[in-house]
Amino acid sequence: MSILVNENTRLLVQGITGREGSFHALRCLEYGTNLVAGVTPGRGGTVWEEKVPVFNTVKQAVSETDANVALIFVPAAFAADAILESTDAGIPLIACITEGIPVMEMVRVAKYLKNNPTRLIGPNCPGLISPGSNCKIGIMPGNIHTPGRVGVISRSGTLTYEAVNQLTALGIGQSTCVGIGGDPIGGTSFVDLLQLFQDDPETDAVVLIGEIGGTKEQEAAEYIRAHVTKPVVGLVVGITAPAGRRMGHAGAIITGSAARADEKVKALREAGVHIAPSPADIGITMKQALG
Amino acid sequence: MKVHEYQAKAILSAFGIPVPRSGVAATPEEARRIAQDMGGNVVVKAQIHAGGRGMAGGVKAVSSPQEAETVAKGLLGQRLITHQTGPEGAPVNRVLLEEPAQIAKEYYLAVIIDSGARCPVIMASEAGGMEIEEVAATAPEKILRANVDPIIGLQPFQCRNLAYGLNLPADLIRPAAALIANLYKVFEDKDCSLAEINPLAITSDGQLMALDAKLNFDDDALSRHPDIQELRDTGQEDPLEVEASEFGISYVKLDGDVGCMVNGAGLAMATMDSISMADAMPANFLDVGGGATEEQVAQAFKLLISDPQVKRILVNVFGGILRCDVAARGIVAASQETEAKVPIVVRMLGTNADEGKDILAKSGLGVILVNDLNEAALMIKQAASAS
Repeated sequence: MSILVNENTRLLVQGITGREGSFHALRCLEYGTNLVAGVTPGRGGTVWEEKVPVFNTVKQAVSETDANVALIFVPAAFAADAILESTDAGIPLIACITEGIPVMEMVRVAKYLKNNPTRLIGPNCPGLISPGSNCKIGIMPGNIHTPGRVGVISRSGTLTYEAVNQLTALGIGQSTCVGIGGDPIGGTSFVDLLQLFQDDPETDAVVLIGEIGGTKEQEAAEYIRAHVTKPVVGLVVGITAPAGRRMGHAGAIITGSAARADEKVKALREAGVHIAPSPADIGITMKQALG
Repeated sequence: MKVHEYQAKAILSAFGIPVPRSGVAATPEEARRIAQDMGGNVVVKAQIHAGGRGMAGGVKAVSSPQEAETVAKGLLGQRLITHQTGPEGAPVNRVLLEEPAQIAKEYYLAVIIDSGARCPVIMASEAGGMEIEEVAATAPEKILRANVDPIIGLQPFQCRNLAYGLNLPADLIRPAAALIANLYKVFEDKDCSLAEINPLAITSDGQLMALDAKLNFDDDALSRHPDIQELRDTGQEDPLEVEASEFGISYVKLDGDVGCMVNGAGLAMATMDSISMADAMPANFLDVGGGATEEQVAQAFKLLISDPQVKRILVNVFGGILRCDVAARGIVAASQETEAKVPIVVRMLGTNADEGKDILAKSGLGVILVNDLNEAALMIKQAASAS
């Protein structure tokens, strides 16, 4: 089993006819995801790859296909609008891959979503995957995953793959892996996912990968201390990053001491998290935590 | 993106925020003329993208046009080193000449995004002139905050609350509230990541005035602000970083000697951390990006080699969208164009990793192939002792 996505997932891809959208929609389909619709304004009525109907609007796509998860690949200038369109159409889960959405736009989207049942993953994230259900909603390489009982939460893309690869190499499978994204303002937080994994009977332990910037890891530590009984393995990257410089991710910038890696590690350790001594030791630390 | 103080003040002024009368000079003669027009008594301020200028001798009060010229001559064309610039300093190509203000009291005012509260926040303090990080650490109760609902915007009552909270004189409550509203308007209209006035002063004649200002802009929103893009001064940035940005590569220069090239920001930071755990230091942060092409990889690799500080290179690619064979071809192409002979350690994993490693093994570059991050860090350590 898994959280958020499973065999009942009916995927809709916004921006399916674009270069990236098309490439990744195909990989999702190959992995076994139930891809039911695509949306590109102006391309409604066509059929993508001779397999999937394309609609002009999300609303239309939902009414005709009962899509219940949206995956967004539209360019940054239109991505906030795409998120709001799927929210308005009543889609309960949205994963936004798009990188580079202006912060003020995400601030407004986040505020709008607050009074709405729709859950957003991202933006600027790899998406999410539940290997046991053959359900891949995102851009991660599917073949490194294996079904199992460990949940993975991360602010990063390729570093998540690194973690998953280490787990798989040690025979530790994953229930669901979620990248929450590298932007300062995103949808679903570490805390939201920790809660879901804690409540998921099919998840035994969680890997949490943080990085410099913001206070998301401290919030996670606070929640773990109070509510999480399952083992959590943690890694925070960016120990060597200088203050005031943006390390690729818009959220990865040290402003104030709470944003530093050592402060985050300290908070997580004090909350009982098993800290991986180095980025190469995520898998082995989980193996030890599982006993 | 950062801009100079004089540019920030011009924007604030356009939004109705009072700033001192001033002029900008690129030559000592210009400085003299401007000082002359302003009556001789001026403050000469070096324009660089860093704070700490006063302590570093970059801000000087003068009392005659001649003195203004002399001071400008001493600053222009030099590199000013402050505690924020690093030892290489930043080039001074312009000086701002301002009418000196008689200060009765100094305040702090700023707008930033609070990622925890997920909205913009106004911060204001009676402890003006100081670095706000210091106030936050030593006397957090002295910082007033107002979260702004991004949908309805900053409300007049919030501005009044802040103005009263700062214990301003009664006749300045309305002007201060208006000034706060205007600063928020700058922040919102121009997509700032920071809009800061420090100090915001009450002058001896009872006026509010922005004596220093800092505006940073959201890089992701620059495409819709051509007027702001034009303010970019690449002379204030590291030349390698400027070059990288032209190729769409995310690059930050650091102090060590291990050049790194990685795909993905998180994995890049993890790679840098692994290097430091092996008692070495990264020379840079470099994320070639998710969907990099062979050309982009080659450009990134050339950039690494062109840094004279780089004595060894670590490449870490987790193939996903970027296939390992594409990355390998980029590396080989770049290496063939340069003469640099530094040890190269490569770790490749994921999509087409075997093809990638095969291309590197047959390239004759003497690349050291490793399987995991610990091994990579170990080989980097050995490469140091061998060279």
